[in-house]
Amino acid sequence: MQFGILVNEGPYNHEASDSAYLFARTAIEKGHKVPRIFFYHDGVNNSTRMAEPPQDDRNVTARWSKLAEEHGIDLVVCVAAALRRGIKDELLAPGFRISGLGQLVEMGIQYDRLVTFGD
Amino acid sequence: MSDMDEMDDGSGVVKKFMFLNRKAPHGTVYALEGLEVVLITAAFDQDVSMVFTDDGVYQLMKGVDTKGIEVKDFSKTYRALEGYDIEKLYVDQVSLDARGLTEDDLIVDVTVLSVDEMANLMAEQDVVISF
Repeated sequence: MQFGILVNEGPYNHEASDSAYLFARTAIEKGHKVPRIFFYHDGVNNSTRMAEPPQDDRNVTARWSKLAEEHGIDLVVCVAAALRRGIKDELLAPGFRISGLGQLVEMGIQYDRLVTFGD
Repeated sequence: MSDMDEMDDGSGVVKKFMFLNRKAPHGTVYALEGLEVVLITAAFDQDVSMVFTDDGVYQLMKGVDTKGIEVKDFSKTYRALEGYDIEKLYVDQVSLDARGLTEDDLIVDVTVLSVDEMANLMAEQDVVISF
């Protein structure tokens, strides 16, 4: 099955991003496809490489980048939501790109399931 | 770059998208940013429904005035939805009742549904996105 994933919350303050990551990783482990993950609302804050969490905590952004690299996942950050929150191309961690909401709608049209992780 | 430039995914597939609005219009950004997704989905010629439930019913309430909190009043957008061919607006009866509201308190024409009717409508959808 092809899953599209929508992440609507930023890292750390809410568990939504962790749950989305674990869902994506597990789905792939079980043989499903996760071609794209879309970041909206405060979810765009998952994408900044400027984040430096303490060493003894998980690095949410780095974890997304690694998953994307290993499995060829397209990590898309909404341009309007990103600009509103000061997220720009030069701040993006590896694997992330900025694009429009059309990329989210496409997931709904093309994939078998669209799963939302939010508050 | 404009979202409107990439409206066609080329597949010609039309799916039933339901947008579930659960939050008050102000206090969080979900309602405002959620509307953007609804409009883009309509631009992709998809079959769009909007549901207002829980505090989401306040998004459609008459007489909203945001001057005091110094944020944008986007309630006009709900009146403009018809122009984007978004005409399927549903409101949860229980949520209205719980807040002492009736259809007359709302700024647009809606269909009020019982819990069972809402459940049936949701079951018919291909994609449900909740804001």
